[in-house]
Amino acid sequence: MSTLNQLTVAEAAAKLAKRECSSAELVAAVLASIEKHDKQVGAYLTVDAESALEQARAADAARSRGEHQPLLGVPVGVKDLLNVTGQPCTCGSKILKGYVAPYDATAVAKLRAAGAVILGRLNMDEFAMGGSTENSAYQPTRNPWDLSRVPGGSSGGSAAAVAADEALATLGSDTGGSIRQPAGFCGCVGLKPTYGRVSRYGLTAFASSLDQIGPLTKTVRDSALLLSAISGRDPHDSTSLDAPVPDYAAQLGGDLKGLRLGLPKEYFIDGLDAEVEQSVRAAVDQCRALGAEIVEISLPHSKYAVAVYYIIATAEASANLARFDGVRYGLRVDGEDPIDQYGKTRAAGFGQEVKRRIILGTYVLSSGYHDAYYLRAQKVRTLIRRDFETAFQKCDAILTPVAPTAAYKLGEQINDPLKMYLGDIFTIPVNLAGICGVSVPCGFTSEKLPVGLHIVGPALREDVILKVGHAYEQATPWHLRKPEISSQKAE
Amino acid sequence: MNSPDKIDVRYVAHLARMHLGDDEVARLQPQLEQIVGYVRQLDELNVDGIEPTAHAIPVQNVFRADEVRPCLDHEAVMKNAPQAREGQFIVPKIIE
Repeated sequence: MSTLNQLTVAEAAAKLAKRECSSAELVAAVLASIEKHDKQVGAYLTVDAESALEQARAADAARSRGEHQPLLGVPVGVKDLLNVTGQPCTCGSKILKGYVAPYDATAVAKLRAAGAVILGRLNMDEFAMGGSTENSAYQPTRNPWDLSRVPGGSSGGSAAAVAADEALATLGSDTGGSIRQPAGFCGCVGLKPTYGRVSRYGLTAFASSLDQIGPLTKTVRDSALLLSAISGRDPHDSTSLDAPVPDYAAQLGGDLKGLRLGLPKEYFIDGLDAEVEQSVRAAVDQCRALGAEIVEISLPHSKYAVAVYYIIATAEASANLARFDGVRYGLRVDGEDPIDQYGKTRAAGFGQEVKRRIILGTYVLSSGYHDAYYLRAQKVRTLIRRDFETAFQKCDAILTPVAPTAAYKLGEQINDPLKMYLGDIFTIPVNLAGICGVSVPCGFTSEKLPVGLHIVGPALREDVILKVGHAYEQATPWHLRKPEISSQKAE
Repeated sequence: MNSPDKIDVRYVAHLARMHLGDDEVARLQPQLEQIVGYVRQLDELNVDGIEPTAHAIPVQNVFRADEVRPCLDHEAVMKNAPQAREGQFIVPKIIE
């Protein structure tokens, strides 16, 4: 069996440019890997092999005509809440079963413009609500490092596919950690860009003041390559920022001399797994050895972030998900009148976690409670944002764990929503502040589960966190390890 | 704001236009009250005079030229309609 599927994006792009392999061969190797492993892993909801091979042949033809876009012929998978013309887009929900997207999300269109081949659709927690991908209405996804464990979520399919070499790279979305946490659990690199860096046009909205699209990749360099491809102002998304898009990959390299990295004194908390803490502290030492100055900082309001998040995110979700009413697309369950039809359609179409969040979000916005919950949460959000502004006067980037634990077993947390919510304690503040963060592999537990280092930067300083991540990655072996999937027993 | 609120889950579900079964109400009630109890830790902060953050990266007055541009293909969009006729969505009668 070909091992082309194990290549990084940068390696594949170089091979394709030198005509050492064709995109058709590369895509075939990835499809073979999906065929071989995905019954066990369950990363993909749908794979359109025919379309992928057709795009690959078109990429090969384009290359022979002299075209040389940066991602020409490179296969990329996308999370099931990004619209791709002619493909399903279920958001992991029964309510969108049978929906066929009539357009490309801007991030997908930009990937295509950069030459990428769009592979298939990756599993997720329903409407991106969850941290384990167990809330998918269709199937669980399993962690390639240990098939009895979750891949994290909500972009669990996107992370598992990269870890299992079932895609060279994928796109996910991150509202409270949904790219970074699964990347940490699966041992890949997951980047949440600055709010507004990447257009959300064609991304099914969960919480509009928090959602961002970002790449999940095997290396930091690949993350930089994809970020340059998908970033930029888009007239279809008025929140996308009109800021220049650097060639992030070209800026990688060098040590960390002259950089100040902050360690938040509040983040090494009770409940942080001892092995996770050990790996993260060792990573901090490694960064110091690479020349960085480590400074202590304080983010005193971060402990309120989960509470703020579960008010703001559910409030926004309750409004965004109002569009699923059985009128224009998706499921319709007939009722006596329109109101009854909405009620029945939504009762039948949404899963338990989505219902829980819609009810919570509706409650915190309802008459008499809005000021006590929603407005107060927005004010505390200001305090969290200011904490970061103050911290970034003392440092260039911040180092934290990605999650308090490594990947847990399927079924372990599904009945305790609050416990699962607290798993996002290190990632949520970054979304609330609108800044950027990246998860980079930084070790393994004694049970051989990956641990992630979370590198957080100020708004639009993806260049800084990618530089830190790259320098760390190049000095450590973690990103080179591969899970052994075939030797694990199917559950 | 000191005693935990009793959430009227049925009423909130009505506001959300989402029917819930008795078993769902029974399951959601304690979960929601636990979560609301948790978020009420925000009450311990003094937020007097603090401006609320609606968007972390403020972008104001985003205008675009008012000009005719192509839109999504009507037929492709209507293909997703649960019920349609002559390019229109069909819904139950609203006014007798």
